[in-house]
Amino acid sequence: MNSPASVIPFERSLRELAPQVLGVVARRFRDFSSAEDAVQEAMLAAFRQWPQEGIPENPRAWLIRVASRRMTDMVRSEIARRERETAMTTVEEPAIEAKEDVEADIEAVMDPEDSLVLLFMCCHPALSASSAIALTLRAVGGLTTAEIANAFLVPEATMAQRISRAKQSIKASNVGFRLPAPQERRERLPTVLRVLYLIFSEGYASSIGAQLQRLDLAREAIRLTRSAMVLLPEDVEIAGVLALMLLTDARRTARAGPDGELIPLDKQDRSQWDRAEIAEGTQLLTLALSKGAVGLYQLQAAIAAVHDEAARAQDTDWPQILALYELLRRVSPNPMVTLNQAVAAAMVHGPARGLELLQPLDNDDRLSSHYRLDAVRAHLFEMLGDFEKAVQHYRGAAAGTTSLPEQNYLIAQAARLEEARDKPTPIFP
Amino acid sequence: MKYILMMNAKKSDFEAYARWSKQDLQANVAFMRSFTKELKDSGVFVASEGLSWPHEAKLVRAGSKGEPITDGVFPESKEFLAGYWIIDVEGPEQAYGIAARLSQGRGTEGRTGSMSVEVRQVLSGHSDLGL
Amino acid sequence: MKYILMMSGTKAGVSGYQAWPQSDRDTHMQTLRDLVKDLTETGEFVATQSLADSKEAKVVRGEKNGLPVTDGIFPESKEFLLGYWIVDVATPERAYVIAGRISAAPGPGGIPTNMPIEVRQFAAG
Repeated sequence: MNSPASVIPFERSLRELAPQVLGVVARRFRDFSSAEDAVQEAMLAAFRQWPQEGIPENPRAWLIRVASRRMTDMVRSEIARRERETAMTTVEEPAIEAKEDVEADIEAVMDPEDSLVLLFMCCHPALSASSAIALTLRAVGGLTTAEIANAFLVPEATMAQRISRAKQSIKASNVGFRLPAPQERRERLPTVLRVLYLIFSEGYASSIGAQLQRLDLAREAIRLTRSAMVLLPEDVEIAGVLALMLLTDARRTARAGPDGELIPLDKQDRSQWDRAEIAEGTQLLTLALSKGAVGLYQLQAAIAAVHDEAARAQDTDWPQILALYELLRRVSPNPMVTLNQAVAAAMVHGPARGLELLQPLDNDDRLSSHYRLDAVRAHLFEMLGDFEKAVQHYRGAAAGTTSLPEQNYLIAQAARLEEARDKPTPIFP
Repeated sequence: MKYILMMNAKKSDFEAYARWSKQDLQANVAFMRSFTKELKDSGVFVASEGLSWPHEAKLVRAGSKGEPITDGVFPESKEFLAGYWIIDVEGPEQAYGIAARLSQGRGTEGRTGSMSVEVRQVLSGHSDLGL
Repeated sequence: MKYILMMSGTKAGVSGYQAWPQSDRDTHMQTLRDLVKDLTETGEFVATQSLADSKEAKVVRGEKNGLPVTDGIFPESKEFLLGYWIVDVATPERAYVIAGRISAAPGPGGIPTNMPIEVRQFAAG
């Protein structure tokens, strides 16, 4: 018996249901890769049929049934193909003969542990970052290929292929559908966190500009990380990542102007910051720190928290931020940390000190592009009052960036300083 | 990261291409097709287009009332865009590698020396968090 | 019929643009945003892209020992592609009119840039 369809809300429930259905079907047939395809097809069937026929009474059971049927079809045609190829006369029994059992489908609940299995499977270290991100969004996030393709501005067919190849890699690595042992989980957790954080960053970076119709990847990342936190309550690093996401996301509205212009931290309208997210992020951070986790994400979250607690830019506790960057440099030294530390050092000890800190970066090969170095130098030269050098470096940075909003921002800074330089001093004030 | 791979050629190159043997022309078309397919299969393809030949190319400027003023005269040395591919890859090294395969692999008989491919990154509408 | 409308410039030209007063740059960008809006309404807009600056650009010519042979390409005076628009229009004249609008976008002091736009049709099929 079906209820009348309400079109929009069911998309959200599909997103929640899809990973649960995948957990059940993958476990039942012991085949993640094919199950993932089967679940995709079941989702597409739901998108086609439910608006017309109404949402089924038990949507999850419906999806499990349709996906299981698809799996059985795939298994049968694989057997038939092999028979044709090898002229076998004996019939091989498939791993699971999926006799349709309506009761079983209704009662089928995913083992909560299987969410973890899915998460670890998709964030497999063998996969490239973009593959892991795409696969995680689909299999764990329950997003459609079209939604993911749209979020990354590639054709749907390309995204489908990317995910397909990711699954082939996983299949080839012969990872069974099981939870990694605790030791392995500990070792692989950083990869999982990195994938989740990359999804967030992609979403946050693209929240500039009029892209409102696109999928909110930042929100998706936060949702996935919350689920991960529930699944792995002992792993405090997850709380740190979530804290960092919330404390960063809180500033999202304030960082872009109406035409997509970038507004730097010190110029943002702080009344637009999301106080609830800041509160939750701070709480999570305190929890993580109290349990002794002082890792990469916790430190970055702490820095974000210090920024977020300043009512005005001039109230920012820069000495604390500088101390945190020094800690961060010890935990995870890299050029980006040094760049940010230089800014903090300039705020505490003056721009000359900041510029000193930047010098080693000139020869640092890890900096894939030196445009950021130029941008920070420009800012520091401006603080120092050396407008000529500042303009030069702003222009250099503008030439090297690959982000249009950033390029516009940097050009505008250079122009602003040039105008300040060129203003004739009035003879008669 | 999105990159555009551009094939440029002078008018004389287009004219020379028109005089290739049928075999070489077919091999070239086949290569371009399989190259595009490879990009699609590996999940990096974003777009590709071939442009029509430059004898119809126009340069347009706005006139005093904003009306278009067209001109079809270009210097002999001008390089015209013949076609492009846009790809989405992990980083510049992948882009250069793909460009090298495109440049090298025309696979036509008796045609040594590779054609040059210009590689440029496409600016994104994102901010860039540098992670 | 799809057309690509291409804008090229030299390093000097790009520096010139960067030196415009901010308000003139804002007006210029707003004009182009309005054009995207208009063309989206008529269904003629397909895409527009800007290309990253010349610093990162490479020309690749073949492979040697499995590695691409690259060359940085932009001598000071050379023109390079800054960006393009792709439009889907009924006639070539319509493509020229659109190119004219891009070319007429105001520059410093509100005066149209009259930048030349190269117009090329996509090959059929």
